[in-house]
Amino acid sequence: MSLQLDDLSVDIAGRRIVSGINLTVGDHQFAGLVGPNGSGKSTILKAVYRVHRPSAGRVLLDGTDLLSLGHKDTARRIAVVTQESASEFDFTVREMVMIGRTPHKRSFDRDTGTDHDIVDHAIERAGCQQLASRRFNTLSGGEKQLVLIARALAQQVDHLILDEPTNHLDIHNQVEILEIISGLGVTVLAALHDLSLAALFCHAIHVLRAGQIVAAGLPEDVLTPDTIFQAYGADVLVIEHPDTGTPHLIPRRIQPASGEPHTDGTPPGPSAPPSATA
Amino acid sequence: MPLSVVLLACLVFLLATMTAGVAIGSVPLSPSQVWHVVVAGLAGHAPNTVAGIIVWQIRLPRVLLAAVVGASLTTAGSVVQVLVRNALADPFLLGVSSGASVGATAVLLFGAFASLGQWAISIGSVLGALAAMAAVFLVSRTGSSLSPTQLILCGVVMSALFESVTSFLIFRGNPQATQAVLFWLLGSFGLASWNQLPIPAAALAAAMVYLLAQGRTLNALAMGSEPAASLGVDVHQLRRNLFVVTSLMAGVAVAVSGIIGFVGLVVPHIVRLMVGSDHRRVLPAGVLFGASFMVLGDLLARTIVAPQEMPIGVITAFIGAPTLIVLIRRRPYLYGATQ
Repeated sequence: MSLQLDDLSVDIAGRRIVSGINLTVGDHQFAGLVGPNGSGKSTILKAVYRVHRPSAGRVLLDGTDLLSLGHKDTARRIAVVTQESASEFDFTVREMVMIGRTPHKRSFDRDTGTDHDIVDHAIERAGCQQLASRRFNTLSGGEKQLVLIARALAQQVDHLILDEPTNHLDIHNQVEILEIISGLGVTVLAALHDLSLAALFCHAIHVLRAGQIVAAGLPEDVLTPDTIFQAYGADVLVIEHPDTGTPHLIPRRIQPASGEPHTDGTPPGPSAPPSATA
Repeated sequence: MPLSVVLLACLVFLLATMTAGVAIGSVPLSPSQVWHVVVAGLAGHAPNTVAGIIVWQIRLPRVLLAAVVGASLTTAGSVVQVLVRNALADPFLLGVSSGASVGATAVLLFGAFASLGQWAISIGSVLGALAAMAAVFLVSRTGSSLSPTQLILCGVVMSALFESVTSFLIFRGNPQATQAVLFWLLGSFGLASWNQLPIPAAALAAAMVYLLAQGRTLNALAMGSEPAASLGVDVHQLRRNLFVVTSLMAGVAVAVSGIIGFVGLVVPHIVRLMVGSDHRRVLPAGVLFGASFMVLGDLLARTIVAPQEMPIGVITAFIGAPTLIVLIRRRPYLYGATQ
């Protein structure tokens, strides 16, 4: 149950978007992919779930080249949860989750008792039993994400790809969703925006900039002010999370160019010491 | 409600509307007279009585053709809405009807294909529809994929182009003949006959077999291209197939009945309101309900201003427009309103 990107490059419309990506997500590991907007996170993920074809390099699933698998075979191994998608169609939550059975079925196959059991179990694991008979379009953003996770679970996969699954969600929903995902016991590769949250849940973090990995490793080794500045051009303070000891990032204001006095009267600078200690 | 119950109810409704469609007219008949003739006709010897001739030679082929066209337009509409992922799409969005009108107008005004006799209009409109379909397919294709937005835009643009060709033909044509063009453009089953039935019926049957096999993948495609790909659907292949299947169904329907608007747009919505959005339910229920809707529409078209006949496009728009507005107001969250 491992996922490996081997020297992966992807071109879109003749332009190289990501190049020379090497990363391995081990069995039951939760790997985070972070980087600024447009750095190629989604492109890498789309190469894994076969929307984009690699221009060079390979995606290996337990050592097997993904392109040697059929579309359905891939979908029985890898499921995807992206940002909540609006639907033009009025499916119930149960119907949405049943759609996760698609790769396991052939034309004219009916929904069997086993399928219904799998759907029930998926809904339960994603914690959305109370939503089962509601209409998907009437749910809140956080509830929709739970349903999409249930749909991914109904695919009965051992690999999960997440593309910013907690975008636009409130802080409770963000933590709840990542908590559920990390408790599933599957191999996860997730593009995440919130670096502190990524540090809290990921076993390893890969930092992208302009289509290349610039740092990779344990969250505490990777999420340093230097690396963040290099990747994002952003000035941050890093403190230790009091519960977990994982890095927690504190953004700093960009200095006003006109030299207006700071509210505390001291001349601000990037070398100012962290005001909090763990 | 179990699907079998829904389908049984739809079937009973269809048989009732078809019976009414055959029974009602300038010479009123009773349902038992109608079924007596139908049973005898199916056995191969339709009675040579007045009732027998009215039922077997005039009204029954017309009602059957209306049913087949209604079912085809509803099915094509349901599928096009998934194909372009837009609830307001209809089977004519992708240029089929405007292409067909060019062909039909050329036949009606300039006598193209005159050697084909009664088939000239059908052949002309099918050729027009196929040309439009090929044109939209080619211009909206990037690489191997047909993206929903590109399909809609190219469909709309090509439709406008074909419509201006039709306008040009009308402008250059004989003013007396434009009356016939106008009547054709609004749709009618007035020229229905038994020999018009086999081709649309066979197209509908073949398309239904293919589409019912795709029930699950249509549901996945309704989630969007990328979610569908992640569910193991070969999205490019599926979109190409759906485009061809729906264009052919709509093209054949237009060829035998003209351009009957609103059925392919509104009836899929009514059907989804009844059975939900699962295409394994929507498609079979849509065939039966779409057929009933068109049979009723045609019944109104030929009785409401009898002995004259109203173009059926007028009736379907009068029923369809208010229905759609009611639907939009009942489920505002489906059409972009915030909760």
